[in-house]
Amino acid sequence: MDITVDVKEVPGKNGVRVVDLNGEIDVYTSPRVKETIGELIDQGHYDLIINLENVRYIDSTGLGVLIGGLKRVREHSGTVSLVCTNPQIKKIFDITGLVKIFGIYDSEAAAGAAL
Amino acid sequence: MISPKKQSTSNVIELRLPSKAEWVGVARLAIAGIASRLDFGIEDIEDLKLAVAEAYTNCIQHAADDGEVHIACTIDPDKLVVTVQDDGKGFRGQGTELRQKDEPLERGLGVFLIRTLMDDVSYDVDPRRGTRLTMTKHLRPQSPAR
Repeated sequence: MDITVDVKEVPGKNGVRVVDLNGEIDVYTSPRVKETIGELIDQGHYDLIINLENVRYIDSTGLGVLIGGLKRVREHSGTVSLVCTNPQIKKIFDITGLVKIFGIYDSEAAAGAAL
Repeated sequence: MISPKKQSTSNVIELRLPSKAEWVGVARLAIAGIASRLDFGIEDIEDLKLAVAEAYTNCIQHAADDGEVHIACTIDPDKLVVTVQDDGKGFRGQGTELRQKDEPLERGLGVFLIRTLMDDVSYDVDPRRGTRLTMTKHLRPQSPAR
C-alpha cells in the first residue's frame, strides 16, 4: 500500500518527462505524486507522460492529482499523456469520462510518439 | 486500533479505524477479503474496494482529526451491505448534485464513483452521530464459484 515515483527523460523528446508510478494511488500516497508533478511543472516541463502500467489502484484523489497537473500544463500549452493497460484502472477513466480529456496510450513509446 | 468483530448470529463484520489517510489501505484489504469470501467476482471486488475507500476518504476529509471511521459489512445470501460512518460533518454530495458549485471538478469524483460502482447508495445524516453511508452490492450469478 505504497507508491514509488521515478522520473526519466524521453530520448529525442527534449523537455518531455516520464513519471513512472508503481503501487497504489490513494489519499495517503497521492500527495507524493502531486509533489513530483508539481516540481516538474515548476522546472518548466509542460509535456508529461504518466506511466500507470504498474499502478494497481487509483481513487478520486489520484484522479484529482492528474487533473490538477493537466490544468497546470495546459496554461503553458502542455499535455499530460497517460500510459495505462490495467483494465480496472482504464474502467475508472472510462466511467468518469476522463478518457475524453487525457490522451491514454498502451505504452510509453506510443505516448511519446504522439507528442 | 483495529477491532474486527464477527457476530455469527447477525452476519455483521465490523471495523473501527482511525480517521487517517494511512488506514484507508487497510479498509480496502478488509473489504476485499470479505467480498472474496462471499464469492464476488474480481471486478465486483475492485468496485467494492474503491467505493469503500472513497467513503473512507470522505470521512477523513470532513471529520475531526482524532475521529474514527466505523465500517459494518452485513452479509446476506445474495448481497453485501456496507455502511461507512464518520463522527463529523458528513459526506459531501448527499443530494443529487455531484459537487458544490465552488469546488473543483475532481472533488466530486469520489461520490460519483460510489454511486456508479454500487447497486444502491443512501445517506443517513445525524448531527450528533455523524453521517452514515449505506451501499449495497448484489452478488451476481456470473460471479465465479470458489
